[in-house]
Amino acid sequence: MIKIFKKYENSIYSFTAILLAFLVGSILIHLSGFSVIKAYSALFDGAFGNVFNLTQTLMNTIPLIFTGLAVAIGFKSGLFNIGGEGQMYLGAFATAIATIYLSFLPVYILIPLVLIIGGLAGSAWGFVPGYLKAKTGAHEVVTTIMMNYIGILITSYLLLKYFKEEGPIPQTALIPESARLPELVEYSRLTWAIFIAVFVIIIIDIFFKRTELGYKIQTVGENRSAAEYAGINSNKMMVLSMMISGFVAGLAGSTIVMGVLHRFITNFSPGYGFTGIAVAVLGKNKPWGVLFAAILFGALQTGGITMQLFAKIPMDLIVIIQGLVILFVAAPILIKKLLRK
Amino acid sequence: MQEILEVIFNINTFSAAIRISVPLVFAAIGGVFSERAGIINLGLEGMLLTGAFAGVLGSYLTGNPYIGILFAIMAGAFIGFIFALFTIKFEANHVVAGVGLNILMLGITTWLMQILWGSRGTSVNVTGLGEITIPILSSIPILGKLFGSHNILVYVMFIIVIFSWIILFKTPFGLRLRVVGENQEAADTLGIKLRKIQYTSLIFSGVLCGLGGAYLSLGQLNWFSMNMSAGRGYMALAANIFGGWNPLGAFGASYLFAYTDALQMRMQALNLNVPNEIIQMIPYILTILVLAGAMIRSRPPAGLGKHYKTNR
Amino acid sequence: MNIIEFKSIIKKFGDFIANDKIDLIIKKGEIHCLLGENGAGKTTLMNILFGLYKPEEGKIFLREKPCKINNPHKAIELGLGMIHQHFMLIDRLTTTENIIVGEEPLKNGLVDMKKAREQVKQISDNYHLAIKIDEKIENISVGEQQRVEILKVLFRKAEILIFDEPTAVLTPQEVNNLFTTLRELKAGGKTIIFITHKLEETMNISDRVTVLRKGKVISTVNTCDTSPKKLARMMVGREVLLNVNKEKGDLGDKVLEVKDLSLIGKHKNIILKNINISIRKGEIVGLAGVSGNGQLELEECLTGLRKVTSGKIILGGDEITHTPTRIRRKKGFSHIPSDCLKRGLVSTYDLTKNIILGNQDSFTKNGFLQQNDINEYCKEVIEKFDVRCQSLNESVNNLSGGNQQKLVIGRELSTNPKFILAAQPTRGVDVGAIEFIHNNILKMRKQKKAILLISAELEELLSLADRILVIYEGKIVSEKNNYTKEELGLLMAGKKASDEEILETGNRIRND
Repeated sequence: MIKIFKKYENSIYSFTAILLAFLVGSILIHLSGFSVIKAYSALFDGAFGNVFNLTQTLMNTIPLIFTGLAVAIGFKSGLFNIGGEGQMYLGAFATAIATIYLSFLPVYILIPLVLIIGGLAGSAWGFVPGYLKAKTGAHEVVTTIMMNYIGILITSYLLLKYFKEEGPIPQTALIPESARLPELVEYSRLTWAIFIAVFVIIIIDIFFKRTELGYKIQTVGENRSAAEYAGINSNKMMVLSMMISGFVAGLAGSTIVMGVLHRFITNFSPGYGFTGIAVAVLGKNKPWGVLFAAILFGALQTGGITMQLFAKIPMDLIVIIQGLVILFVAAPILIKKLLRK
Repeated sequence: MQEILEVIFNINTFSAAIRISVPLVFAAIGGVFSERAGIINLGLEGMLLTGAFAGVLGSYLTGNPYIGILFAIMAGAFIGFIFALFTIKFEANHVVAGVGLNILMLGITTWLMQILWGSRGTSVNVTGLGEITIPILSSIPILGKLFGSHNILVYVMFIIVIFSWIILFKTPFGLRLRVVGENQEAADTLGIKLRKIQYTSLIFSGVLCGLGGAYLSLGQLNWFSMNMSAGRGYMALAANIFGGWNPLGAFGASYLFAYTDALQMRMQALNLNVPNEIIQMIPYILTILVLAGAMIRSRPPAGLGKHYKTNR
Repeated sequence: MNIIEFKSIIKKFGDFIANDKIDLIIKKGEIHCLLGENGAGKTTLMNILFGLYKPEEGKIFLREKPCKINNPHKAIELGLGMIHQHFMLIDRLTTTENIIVGEEPLKNGLVDMKKAREQVKQISDNYHLAIKIDEKIENISVGEQQRVEILKVLFRKAEILIFDEPTAVLTPQEVNNLFTTLRELKAGGKTIIFITHKLEETMNISDRVTVLRKGKVISTVNTCDTSPKKLARMMVGREVLLNVNKEKGDLGDKVLEVKDLSLIGKHKNIILKNINISIRKGEIVGLAGVSGNGQLELEECLTGLRKVTSGKIILGGDEITHTPTRIRRKKGFSHIPSDCLKRGLVSTYDLTKNIILGNQDSFTKNGFLQQNDINEYCKEVIEKFDVRCQSLNESVNNLSGGNQQKLVIGRELSTNPKFILAAQPTRGVDVGAIEFIHNNILKMRKQKKAILLISAELEELLSLADRILVIYEGKIVSEKNNYTKEELGLLMAGKKASDEEILETGNRIRND
């Protein structure tokens, strides 16, 4: 019994953390005078109740996979990349603009190309805090958060100045048909992006498990002194990991533009970058863990809307549960103590 | 060009900066105490937000903004205690716990706002803090403009800055606190009650942020709006670092940030050729530059972020 | 009277039994040595006494009354004081502040620094422990830091003083000063418990000795009734070979040359000055010195972890002064770091991931690590170097300190290097493993590698090195191939060698 426990130790802790968070959530629901059963069943129904809801859940999962991975990649080298939001905006914007200028290209070149461009924009946005951390030691949590604000402001500015469509809404024109990702289910906005996301998970997993570069980055994160002793350039590795991290976060934005919105709009994100933190923490910074955590939070997002509509419970409960999950997962000792009892 | 200079050196800008600096200063000094005790406090943002909400709640329930301040203090203390519990007793990673706390408090405050007042944007109006005019001081030409007429929390801020400095550097509590932050094990072997000190300093942090948050909602405005701390908690942490983990330095750094904020608002009104978004970016860019420059010189407490487990 | 009595103390860390039914009596006014190898349980026992650990079972009697010591605060109240192996001092605070914190003299609720300084000066004078009252800890010498630690304890009016391996960082002269202080304290009525693994010191200073081995008390004897050989046998449980056999060397070309290397610190202080070293194939050159005299910085300069201010480093004819660590390793430079557990291993990695550390590109094809090759290689190395483990994939954290060290040494020696920098290779390692490591170093010598052995252990240097350089305050003060132990000890302490002799030595090395 103990042996089984040890093997799946991490998963059990994560699972218990989720349960605890829902438990506390249910107390809050009850205290506010709502029905817990109504709330949670609406939540579940909204997330998985029918095919359409399922597609919406998966659609919401996609950006979370990317932003969650981005945070996890940052953690590998010991850095907290809280800048997923800003990197995503840069990626979205760059992709939207690129499709306008490159629309003449055939589909099978256009789509990968603009995806990569979006990734590179995110990468550049991740480079700055990474470089500052390596060169000056500036704490990346604060710098990435500042870059979030700056990123949102800059894309907003560029949009309004150069790329705004006629009319009252701050948005670009629709991107050309050839740049739009094909849907999996009609009218669902669930596209091939899900396959791209899973593909990226596989690549990142292999990268860290089996490549030399992945080994070097992880070593810097695990023990910087030992890495330097071994001749690994820790500054270079930190910057590299922030760039990879930013690239993946940029893809979050790109896939949203190409799959869901078909244009760039200011303030399009309901905080995917920040939710990504919860996803990474819950997924224990492992690529496949991130997948499951992203599905959970995607489900919460979708289900939350239904919960608000039908059970009249404010959607912010989802945010509360997110916060609780992060706190509980970050404190394994608490869970250990509870499980002992 | 002439106009820009006029705005930069205008007494009104300096005066406005004092008002803007209040929540930053409170939070930054909260950061000083927390980090001097060895705990990285990224939860300042969440604590400010909590204070802002609790302040409005208190004023809403009783019609008295001073009760609102009391609510803010208690809420801040409670959140500070919870944060201490997670980072010390449950050995949570400080940064992750801080970010988690921020997300949690964002959720809770917005949730409660919906439930109580049915709105996700702003709460109802409540009674805010009025201005107090200090008789003689307000008549003096320049100083009067700067210090003569503010609400009570501004004056409390000045007192706290000095008070904090004395506590940290002149009292036994402060000396022991600094030892704890440098090396918890050393503190333990000296017989210092390190847990008591750490919990106290985090609760004090929470109280300060509570006051800072109350200022945001009751001092400048008369309402609470969703996520109204808007990143100030993170700036406050940068101010703490820039200020060298020292209350006086934290004040100076916070004032600098506040000043650029006041400046950027006034510059927007000038209708210059520079776009508003770019002007709005100034405080954030400044924060980054400051961090990059400051980190080279100042030294954090040696035990910052570390966990120490007693074996008994 | 029996001032302290331990009755049946048991302390466990998980499954590991650190103290196994310990019965021990300390008499009032004596200097009592606790002798044992690393990991024997000495520090654990004292940590229990001082309230840092809680025993699973057993009782403690203080002044013949039973008592429960729940935390250091209580221990201090009861008159106990501990001077730890790793100093518990705060670098950026002053000596006075470090001494008074926790028992500060007050005036109107604020700390009365004036009174504090007076009080500290007074006990400093009383016990002949000279310190600079207002200097920051980071600016004073190691010996002075230890005096501050002792004053901390005396300031709190300790009657029983526990010293944990106090001489590890002291020069022989400073050790003498310490012993003088101990005798004075004893004359003043204090009781002293002295933890050590050094036989000579035990014979020198103690009245009685208790030997611990693997958590158990082996025996308590009067010092006058025993000898180093008897004590060593009790410590280890078998006869111990205190010296290895070394054949005469057959030297080849120069492999490593250090020319006029100097290093100036941030505060314009001289860390290293005009270091000249030259090592040939098949030669072991020892660098003797008490830690803190520049060895660590020299280690860092040679490996590329720190930039030199001036001078040259040449490896096999190529200048490597400014080349990055990675390239130095490629050119055949291997390094057994002095801080093995921090620098040499990643504690969260398993053995296979640690075995390739520093050499990972040799196992890479097209960017991918070849796991099968790595596993094979790992098996070879751990067999050859007797690394005891349960599986290749267990975390190195689970290995004992000695096995961790052997893993690092095995890794470095297996890369077929030209030059080996072995810094404190047997620090913290059990006597049995020490023999093994020494034999391997000699094997390397036989295979015509060039070896620089940086060590603070006189025995180790004298038995292994062909030639020894002594470093003191950043300078090479002597270089010979036939020292006596006393000579070496004095030189390490800074007694020399007049200036002319140093100059002559420097010239001689440069002209080699």
